[in-house]
Amino acid sequence: MTLKYDPNVKYAKTDEWARVEGDLVVVGISDYAQDQLSDIVYVELPEVGAQVSAGDVVGTVESVKAAADLMTPVSGEIVEVNEALDDSPELLNEDPYGAWIFKVKPSDLAELDDLMTAAEYEAYNATREH
Amino acid sequence: MKFDDYIYDLSSPGRTGVDLPEPDVPPTPIPEEFLREDLPLPELSLPQVTRHYLRLSQKNYAVDKGFYPLGSCTMKYNPKVNEWAVRLPGFANIHPLQHPHTVQGAMGLMYELQEMIGEIAGFDAVSLQPAAGAHGELTGVLIMRAAQLARGETQRHKVLVPDSAHGTNPASTSMAGFTAVEIPSDKDGNVHIEALKAALDDEVIGIMITNPNTLGLFESNIVEVCELVHEAGGLVYGDGANLNAIVGIVRPGDLGIDVMHFNLHKTFSTPHGGGGPGSGPVGVTAELAPFLPGPIVALNEAEDAYIWHYPEKSIGRIKSFYGNFGVMVRAYAYIKMHGAEGLRRVSETAVLNANYLQARLLQMGDYPVPYGHRFCKHETVAQGKIAGAEDVRTLDIAKRLIDYDFHPPTIYFPLIVHEALMIEPTETEDKETIDAFLDALDKIADEARENPDLLHEAPHHAPVRRLDEVRAARHPILIRLPSAKAASER
Ligand SMILES: Cc1ncc(COP(=O)(O)O)c(C=O)c1O
Repeated sequence: MTLKYDPNVKYAKTDEWARVEGDLVVVGISDYAQDQLSDIVYVELPEVGAQVSAGDVVGTVESVKAAADLMTPVSGEIVEVNEALDDSPELLNEDPYGAWIFKVKPSDLAELDDLMTAAEYEAYNATREH
Repeated sequence: MKFDDYIYDLSSPGRTGVDLPEPDVPPTPIPEEFLREDLPLPELSLPQVTRHYLRLSQKNYAVDKGFYPLGSCTMKYNPKVNEWAVRLPGFANIHPLQHPHTVQGAMGLMYELQEMIGEIAGFDAVSLQPAAGAHGELTGVLIMRAAQLARGETQRHKVLVPDSAHGTNPASTSMAGFTAVEIPSDKDGNVHIEALKAALDDEVIGIMITNPNTLGLFESNIVEVCELVHEAGGLVYGDGANLNAIVGIVRPGDLGIDVMHFNLHKTFSTPHGGGGPGSGPVGVTAELAPFLPGPIVALNEAEDAYIWHYPEKSIGRIKSFYGNFGVMVRAYAYIKMHGAEGLRRVSETAVLNANYLQARLLQMGDYPVPYGHRFCKHETVAQGKIAGAEDVRTLDIAKRLIDYDFHPPTIYFPLIVHEALMIEPTETEDKETIDAFLDALDKIADEARENPDLLHEAPHHAPVRRLDEVRAARHPILIRLPSAKAASER
């Protein structure tokens, strides 16, 4: 079971990934996060239209093991959420980099520079294993 | 053994288990609009009902049937003499609305229990009202906040919670309307002192700390933690769920803790976890005593009588009547039965058993023990990460233990240990039982390497096979109505 790291996204320490698409930032959770959580049973999605700052808790991802806060890695306005997750939260387990959770219209793209590259995130995860 | 029918499916129309006597008072008719044609209750004879529920109970696993090492839950043996005590008519047949003069015995028991657990943990005053540990936490956080508001400190709204804490700690914080701030642990499993210092400011209500913590480790920084929090004007909440490890050895109140809940159902041996309700009294320092929820029992010396007392700045009632009285009677019986000496030996034996278990786990080497470089207290946290069996997870190991007739340990908690197996043997188990459990874990490690599917498909010998937890969580069916078959026959 090797975990996947997507070179086209940037990672937050709290295990969200962010990918620029046009003028939006798309956010999901990493393969490491879904693996740690195991089977995901519920996603509390952010509210469309909410103004958020980087690091804000905007939702929850709940698995049979635990409930984890979902944080936004960038500031701005939430413009879209992936409603398919309401009925099929398992999409986050099956395809963590395909199944996005929400899209933000960013107010400051430079915030992405504070996030980790795939290689940095992989190294970071290696230090977290007990 | 197959899973039995539901009681509704056994129903047959017109069958009955009781003969109700003719009414001996004039009947009062039920108003027309409240009458209904159909009452979907099962119709069975008395032996059917007895057999149905006895069979169901036999499928259940209980501490009276075997080893139940559910970490953090303290599933010790519950002495049967407690059950005798609580069934005494003077305790069992009283009503909470009775005049205090007629229930002096029961009030006296509550008074003595307040005094005894206050003495055990080093607190000046105790309220027995909260219904369980988590309820005690909510009560404690509200008390801390009330005390600070009384000092005019309205800006405080944050509660610090270590990352090893039980989920009820941040949950109680949120329920009280405050913000939980997570504090990391250091490499020895203690609260990270530098991170604590950085988080302390004048917006902090206080910290919630569990000692021994959920890693089963004594917080060796506890005195420093209390001092730092107090210097910042905060208060220290002690989560007393793990008191079983330290009774008669160290008193949380003496360490600097301001308010703490007791889990009477754990430390003082009353059936819980499906076996009965809990009881989560809170103990406080003299400074916080005026804020306790009422009523508590006080002694009116002039009249030599017990009375109900509402502390003057009480946060109010947090439970109807007086708390879970039956649990109090059992805990009282347990404390009296052991005495001070006996209670200390309870803790010493609980710690000895856990350390024996940890030492053998380290020797076996199949299950990593991340904090195994320290002695543990009443429990130890291992990991279901068996070298050479990478696709076997803690869940599989836990399910396989059921086939060996053991209740699995707590799994996936504390959250900071990956694939956690949290094992609490308690003092009531003998060496043979603990050895048999460890032998089973040893065999399971071999099975994991040789035939992992045996684990993936476990349990094989339980009344039900592997439950689909994911489907249960995603598509829960919360009530089961009488089946179509039973309904059509009615
Ligand atoms: C460390 C800890 N704190 C608090 C609680 C909550 O206690 P209760 O289950 O009585 O509400 C538990 C229960 O398992 C616990 O283990």
